[in-house]
Amino acid sequence: MVVETEQLSAALSGLDALDVVAAPAGRLRRARAVILPKVAATIVFIGLWQLLVASKWKPEYVVPSPFSVLHWMGQNPGSLLSASWVTLSRGLLGFAIAIVIGGAIGILNASVPVVRSAMGSMITGLQTMPSIAWYPLAIVFFGLGEHAILFVVVVGAAPSIANGIMSGVDQVPPLLRRAGRTMGARGLTQLRYIVLPAALPVFFSGLKQGWAFCWRSLLAGEIIVVALTNRGLGTLLQENKDFLNYVGLYGVMVTIFVLGVIVDGVLFGTFDQLIRRRWGLVEA
Amino acid sequence: MTATLDGSNTAAHASKAAVTLSGVTKAFGAGNRRVLAIDGIDLEVPTGSFTCIVGASGCGKSTLLSLVAGLEQPTSGALSVEGKTALMFQESALFSWLTLQGNVELAIKLRGGTSKADRAAEARAMLELVHLGDFARHRPHEVSGGMRQRAALARALAQQPEVLLMDEPFGALDAITRDLLHEELEQLWSSRGTTVLFVTHNVREAVRLGDRVVVLSSRPGRVVESIDVPIPRPRRIESSAVADLAAHVADRLREEVSRHGR
Ligand SMILES: Nc1ncnc2c1ncn2[C@@H]1O[C@H](COP(=O)(O)OP(=O)(O)OP(=O)(O)O)[C@@H](O)[C@H]1O
Ligand SMILES: [Mg+2]
Repeated sequence: MVVETEQLSAALSGLDALDVVAAPAGRLRRARAVILPKVAATIVFIGLWQLLVASKWKPEYVVPSPFSVLHWMGQNPGSLLSASWVTLSRGLLGFAIAIVIGGAIGILNASVPVVRSAMGSMITGLQTMPSIAWYPLAIVFFGLGEHAILFVVVVGAAPSIANGIMSGVDQVPPLLRRAGRTMGARGLTQLRYIVLPAALPVFFSGLKQGWAFCWRSLLAGEIIVVALTNRGLGTLLQENKDFLNYVGLYGVMVTIFVLGVIVDGVLFGTFDQLIRRRWGLVEA
Repeated sequence: MTATLDGSNTAAHASKAAVTLSGVTKAFGAGNRRVLAIDGIDLEVPTGSFTCIVGASGCGKSTLLSLVAGLEQPTSGALSVEGKTALMFQESALFSWLTLQGNVELAIKLRGGTSKADRAAEARAMLELVHLGDFARHRPHEVSGGMRQRAALARALAQQPEVLLMDEPFGALDAITRDLLHEELEQLWSSRGTTVLFVTHNVREAVRLGDRVVVLSSRPGRVVESIDVPIPRPRRIESSAVADLAAHVADRLREEVSRHGR
């Protein structure tokens, strides 16, 4: 019997060694493969911009050269940084509230069928509302201030987050639910240990989309709602336009773009990849 | 089968059955979309035995296991199970967001077991039992199908079931891996005394593993015959004794299927 067990063990480990593939190429090489194309694209973009300036299609003060924009940004790091911070913290607050509200609504809809048939299509409908359409009402309710922006940001982001949970839960394979039930997981335990983890990748896509809505509503808000004490990027954009400082206008836009890339691409993108890899949804 | 068909299992032993089904019927749906999956099954699975169930595709084998596992309720008839069950599926049904170790630990946790440190140690021991100690930190998609099924077996055993239900667990594996897993399962079964109810449509596999093979009719499922397997263990799937008996089982199955041709 002991001999048999040993033979079996040897045979199995031989088979396992054949089955499990070696680790893929190094991290450094992978990072380089990701970063190099982006650097190249940026260089090409700046080049095209400079060509446009050189063609004298518009006067220099309307289309300034990329280098004078970068120069302006370098001269005004303080106001750009503080405006970025104001905008980002507004966004984060709204996003956090949207996660709480959207999350609760999503879980409720995903687990109670009656609620789902009553609210489900309304949530999808809300998602299609352009957030700018909420501003007049928000201003009527809350006046020209922070609260109006917060309201629109939350209304813009929450439906995507709720929807992410709902479709995530819908897509949980029945086999996993059955496996959970045979292991004794029911009700909340089932939700906590099987359904929600299984739904996470789709839920995360919902979060990512929610942030995109949040960011859009936020900048629209900062441009529309003029009487803000804390000056964010939207306010700065508007001011530079009003004072005919077009180099500044470009500088703020570049800042908004870079922030968007960092948060959306780098932060959400990295986590998205991480989750997908962990959950076995992409090649390691 | 009940005492009538299974000679070795007379009424005196009836109380020792781990699973008893009498007249169990299961229908899905209603009206003209009603499907009768199982029709009046009588079956008695003695404690500690290894019982294989074979039947054509769609004859209600999975339904039978779901009933025993308590995932479904019978439409009529009586069913009793002594002790806890664990169910293993054809695909591993491991949780992809957990490592193999994490999967086993979750089973222990849901069973209501012990502290975190004890859970980790126990899970590790279970994985070692199925010779997967070195792969505890791997995720299910990082190992082969055969390894996933072994991990699923470890997870099922970690539930400490009195009755282990297996639904074509090796159906998707290559022959070499399957042979090794037969051996592994047989060793685990004989050392632990767990009752096993094993569903397959591979008659050789059934004869290789079972103390007895129960043949189900095509849909709706009924017990056609219960065949004892007197071949001494350890067995080999290539042996002529296994092949001969498997041929007999296959004949019975074929008879069953061809009844539907007319
Ligand atoms: N939840 C369900 N709803 C409706 N019909 C079902 C359901 N589950 C099973 N059935 C039907 O019951 C019959 C038996 O199904 P079951 O899965 O038990 O068969 P099986 O013997 O396991 O088949 P296979 O060999 O393909 O695994 C089939 O006709 C199937 O379509
Ligand atoms: Mg089946």
